[in-house]
Amino acid sequence: MILVLPIILPLLFMVVLMFTRRWLLFQQTFSLLGSIVLTFTSFLILLDVYQNGIMSLQPGSWEAPFGITLVADTFSALMMVTTSFVSIVVMIFSPGFIDKERQTAGYYPLVFGLLMGVNGAFITGDIFNLYVWYEVMLTSSFVLIALGGSPEQLRGSIKYVTINFVASLFFVGAIGILYGQAGTLNMADLAAKMRMWEGGNYINGALMLFFIAFSVKSALVPFFFWLPASYHTPPIAITALFAGTLTKVGVYTMFRFYSLFIVFDQQFWQMFILILAGLTMFIGVLMAASQFDIRKILSFHIISQVGYMIMGLGIFTVTGIAGAIYFTIHNMLSKTNTFLAGGLVYQRSGSYDLKYLGGLYKASPFLALLFFIPAMSLAGIPPLPGFFGKFFLIKGGFEAQQYFITAVAILTGLFTLFSMVKIWNEAYWKKEPEEVKQRDGKVHPSTFFATALLAVAVILLGVFAGPVIEVCLDAGQQIVNPEMYINAVLGR
Amino acid sequence: MLVLLAVLIGVLYGSAVYLLLRRNIFKLILGLIFLGHATNLLLFVASGLTSGKPAFLRGLEDETIGMSDPLPQALILTAIVIGLGVTAFALTLVYRFYKVTKTVDFDELSENE
Amino acid sequence: MESIILQIAARHMRPLLLVLSLIVLYRGHNEPGGGFIGGLMFGAAYILYAMAFGVKKTQKTLFFNPINLTALGLLVALASGIPAIFAGDLFMTGEWYTFFEHTAFELKLGTPLLFDVGVYFAVAGMLMMVMFSLMEE
Repeated sequence: MILVLPIILPLLFMVVLMFTRRWLLFQQTFSLLGSIVLTFTSFLILLDVYQNGIMSLQPGSWEAPFGITLVADTFSALMMVTTSFVSIVVMIFSPGFIDKERQTAGYYPLVFGLLMGVNGAFITGDIFNLYVWYEVMLTSSFVLIALGGSPEQLRGSIKYVTINFVASLFFVGAIGILYGQAGTLNMADLAAKMRMWEGGNYINGALMLFFIAFSVKSALVPFFFWLPASYHTPPIAITALFAGTLTKVGVYTMFRFYSLFIVFDQQFWQMFILILAGLTMFIGVLMAASQFDIRKILSFHIISQVGYMIMGLGIFTVTGIAGAIYFTIHNMLSKTNTFLAGGLVYQRSGSYDLKYLGGLYKASPFLALLFFIPAMSLAGIPPLPGFFGKFFLIKGGFEAQQYFITAVAILTGLFTLFSMVKIWNEAYWKKEPEEVKQRDGKVHPSTFFATALLAVAVILLGVFAGPVIEVCLDAGQQIVNPEMYINAVLGR
Repeated sequence: MLVLLAVLIGVLYGSAVYLLLRRNIFKLILGLIFLGHATNLLLFVASGLTSGKPAFLRGLEDETIGMSDPLPQALILTAIVIGLGVTAFALTLVYRFYKVTKTVDFDELSENE
Repeated sequence: MESIILQIAARHMRPLLLVLSLIVLYRGHNEPGGGFIGGLMFGAAYILYAMAFGVKKTQKTLFFNPINLTALGLLVALASGIPAIFAGDLFMTGEWYTFFEHTAFELKLGTPLLFDVGVYFAVAGMLMMVMFSLMEE
């Protein structure tokens, strides 16, 4: 029964917050408490799944494969825990950063709407239901990205809405074709049926449509252009939340689909995904290197790091998948953290543009440290978690004898270091320029605390890499052996 | 019927893409609506057309009749509802954008100002 | 835009549409109809009124806020899953109850209807929210 809670709790919180949307203090406290409760619940699910294996539930008592199934395996539980932890941090950060109009215009209920969609997408075991959760998540994010309605935001959100709506339609079309072929929507049942077929011409077409839809949502090459065009427009707390959660849902779904449905032409798909992964990391990081706005640099980095996650999928060994999962968790934390640190810079200096920044290290070493930790983690410097993630990915790559992609991954790591050092040099080390937007702005204590909390979490993830990787290896086992998932759902 | 629907879907997709590529933002919304309808129809056709068969049977007295699958319709209904929501939101967005910038031209979307 | 014809029509159509939306909602329990369509009619009744008299005046005649209506709808839909837990079934299982048994007014109601009521409010609230923000100048 606990499995319905990650969906029901956010819905309940959202309703309460909708009724009380004018009481600012209540909104802030309640949503913080709510996200803590949510994290706790997800953690209980993770414990249960790790000890007792894959958990499934049939809400409405309709048996699988007829009803909608909710399934949690280690991967999805891990993702839920990380997402809700990120939401705690964002909830602490927001009161000190987002203006009052936005906060009372429905910011908090929308964040819970987003969390409901994300959690739903993580635990559903039904393709069409997955689409519905995607839409719940996207609709909330549509409103969030346009919240406040500044002209810049409107520009960004028109692009964001259009491209994501088109991608969703690809998704629905693929569902229709697949349903016409298989006559079932339950993922486990579908996977079991596919394993009994002899050829899959239609299936590859439908799978390619799915792949396009998910690669738009997770910003893979060549469908990444919408992300840097829209992510820098809303207040950075919203961007941080998006960066930590949205693209990762696309990555999660790709893992799930690849594990369950790629039965035919595996070699082609593996090659295809590896090529795209290499291109994504490399192009993402190159484009990041040419930017001068902190938010844009970080947005392009999201793309580059999605490439790493997909690389783990392309390798498709337990080590590779476990590395990718660990990397995803690390990325959700570190990426959100760098964006929040960017927010601190903005509060102090009134700009995100590197031209108007400088001397921040001298001014406040603590703020600099808060950027330094996640940035170095993203660049892959030991003992921070980014190193272990990349290490496992590269180890998996060598074991699977995918030398080329491994070389690209290492090279991309160098470029990532370069552009992180670029932000560091420009914003923190170089002398404060003559022309600045604002000197000595106040950094709100809650934003500082939130960023510090997340930085500590990043360090802890590195320190406790051993146990976390244990759990990730378990998740990797379940992804590489889809029979476990199928049997758990169909109750064989 | 199948051929007719296939042609219709093709025409809808074609016009949707044409509208999406125009520079006018309101035509973009029209394009999105067309694209949504085309996809819903695709869902309908791809899930198999059965004519003249009931969707529900009371009891099992006449199993020989066979039945048509009610699920695709349910899926399409859901997709339509979601499409309605997104379209309504996109319309509001574009209207706000028009009110702020007083233009419907896509070139205003670029950031080089 | 002041149109006498539209204003009189709207004034008379609004209660009519509201009653009709309820009928469609209840009918949806076993026959074509349902919460979504009912909700659309509910919203349409007020949108028609807003077209004739303007948004400001319509909002004055509303005794609820569209956002609250949506929230209420979500809450009711969520609540429809709860009775199943007390009956010892899984969440969201349909439970049916018969009222006035063996009388002329025998009435069978179930939690799916409650869910539909939730959809009805949520859709109506959403529709009014979007349309009012579009019609406001």
